[in-house]
Amino acid sequence: MTVPQTGPLLSVEDLVVEHRTPGRPVVRAVAGASLHVAAGEVVGLVGESGCGKSTLARAVCGLHGAASGRIHVGGRPVTPLGLRRRDPALTGVQMVFQDPYSSLNPRRRVGAQIADGLRTAGDTATSPADLLERVGLPRAFAGRYPHEFSGGQRQRVAIARALAARPSLLIGDEPISALDASAQAQVARLMRDLAVESGAGLLFISHDLSVVRLIADRIAVMYLGKVVETGPTAEVWADPRHPYTRALLAAIPSPDGAGVLPAELPGDVPDPADPPAGCRFHPRCPFVMDVCREKEPDFGPVACWLHAPEPSSLS
Amino acid sequence: MTAAQKTAALTIEGLRVSIGGHDVLHGVDLTLEAGRVHGLAGESGSGKTMTGLAVLGLLPHGSRASGRIAFGGRDLLEMPARELNEVRGAKIAMVFQDPATSLHPMLTVERQLTEHMRHHLGIGRKDARERAAALLAKVRIPGPEEALKRYPHQFSGGMRQRIAIAVALACEPEVLIADEPTTALDVTVQAGILRLLRGLCDDLGLAVLLVTHDLGVMSAVADEVSVMKDGLVVETGPRGRVLREPRHPYTRSLLDALPVPPGENSP
Repeated sequence: MTVPQTGPLLSVEDLVVEHRTPGRPVVRAVAGASLHVAAGEVVGLVGESGCGKSTLARAVCGLHGAASGRIHVGGRPVTPLGLRRRDPALTGVQMVFQDPYSSLNPRRRVGAQIADGLRTAGDTATSPADLLERVGLPRAFAGRYPHEFSGGQRQRVAIARALAARPSLLIGDEPISALDASAQAQVARLMRDLAVESGAGLLFISHDLSVVRLIADRIAVMYLGKVVETGPTAEVWADPRHPYTRALLAAIPSPDGAGVLPAELPGDVPDPADPPAGCRFHPRCPFVMDVCREKEPDFGPVACWLHAPEPSSLS
Repeated sequence: MTAAQKTAALTIEGLRVSIGGHDVLHGVDLTLEAGRVHGLAGESGSGKTMTGLAVLGLLPHGSRASGRIAFGGRDLLEMPARELNEVRGAKIAMVFQDPATSLHPMLTVERQLTEHMRHHLGIGRKDARERAAALLAKVRIPGPEEALKRYPHQFSGGMRQRIAIAVALACEPEVLIADEPTTALDVTVQAGILRLLRGLCDDLGLAVLLVTHDLGVMSAVADEVSVMKDGLVVETGPRGRVLREPRHPYTRSLLDALPVPPGENSP
């Protein structure tokens, strides 16, 4: 890429994304989230469904306009995708979607769909078959249609298509949740390996914490539109600090044969159209204090009053 | 509590299923006991779901089943369609993987909860409604009376799966087949559903067949575990034994393939 690299590859600052439906209150799907991805780094974004992780990913791709906040990729602001041709500098952001049954065009051969990506990158040396080989599929499959593949194979084709555009930032929006259990870990590892190999950053979104743990260098936990905790994967796993992260990790059943039922997090995710005052997690938090109900914890890496920085540094 | 009872509620012996001349099950043996959760593990394509569907007589068209599925002194495979209809949904119920597709999107929760109840139990509209509200309370849906009037899309995924479980429990079944009931859900919601299933099994003395690929889920709720591979049960035994000291190499390979190594637990 010719774009000058200053700071992280992807930086998202105080991003707010709103969904507007006529006759309904405005839903703040992403309510001031900040996130960074460095080149060659794999960041796992986890959280329950409805917490805004997919919306964040779509905003990074320009599929959703931001109400406020900044998204920069390689130092350039990301503009919403319109009818015009994408700014060539921004085709370095490529996305692999959740459902490979609907993200591939059923009426075009997969080779032709991968060739679209190659044309975007102005790459005449690589053939679609080369890319199929890289994702572990036989070269001859380029002449086939999507329906001739299994779910895991289709997702590999979708990854090949994203890689064809020579991305500097690859985004996977729940790329494994539509796949069989046996294919999930394989596809996740493949995405990691291919991204790291090509020096691209990978933002991997999933609600499956065990897979994220497997492939991510850093982990970001999102709750109701906000990133509540970030840190290196091993650290977060060994010592989760935000009560929500703790609850999330405690809910994973362990296959130890002991018959221990996982801990339940009481309550439901509140309506994002009407989030609770103060800390967004306070109605479900077991350690709730008075300050949590009044003031929103606006700091990182752990957005929780239990882990507040020194009071002097807060205004 | 009927959990201590050791009575076979349903026995599957030498179940073979072939679809279009292709064998999917090659002689499956399973025993479900009242008040116990029997976990059925294995990769996709190993025949877990087919086993569950065979019990309910819901196999796809053109499939042939042989062997024996003994329930209440009868063989379900030999039973005429009419009689099977009386068992299915009443004595043996099923919960499917995706509550977004297993519930009817255009019918109110009340209708979905009461229709089969009125058919199978022959009770009136008012009684059925009362029972439906009680069922929703049992699966811990907040405001059951209000919930009856709503449609599935107005609930979250976890709540929908609770409703699907309530639908399955409506006619007081003896056997519940849960096919990947938590796969489509978040871990925090999954924890709630697993606790609910375990509680219902203990309180109502249900015999539960829990089909799942997730060995963590298996370890949390199942009493007995069977592991399937290529249409055959390769290993059966108590949960602790199968997951800690697997005897079959395939079970060991499944455990080794886990992203989180067994024993190394989250805090």
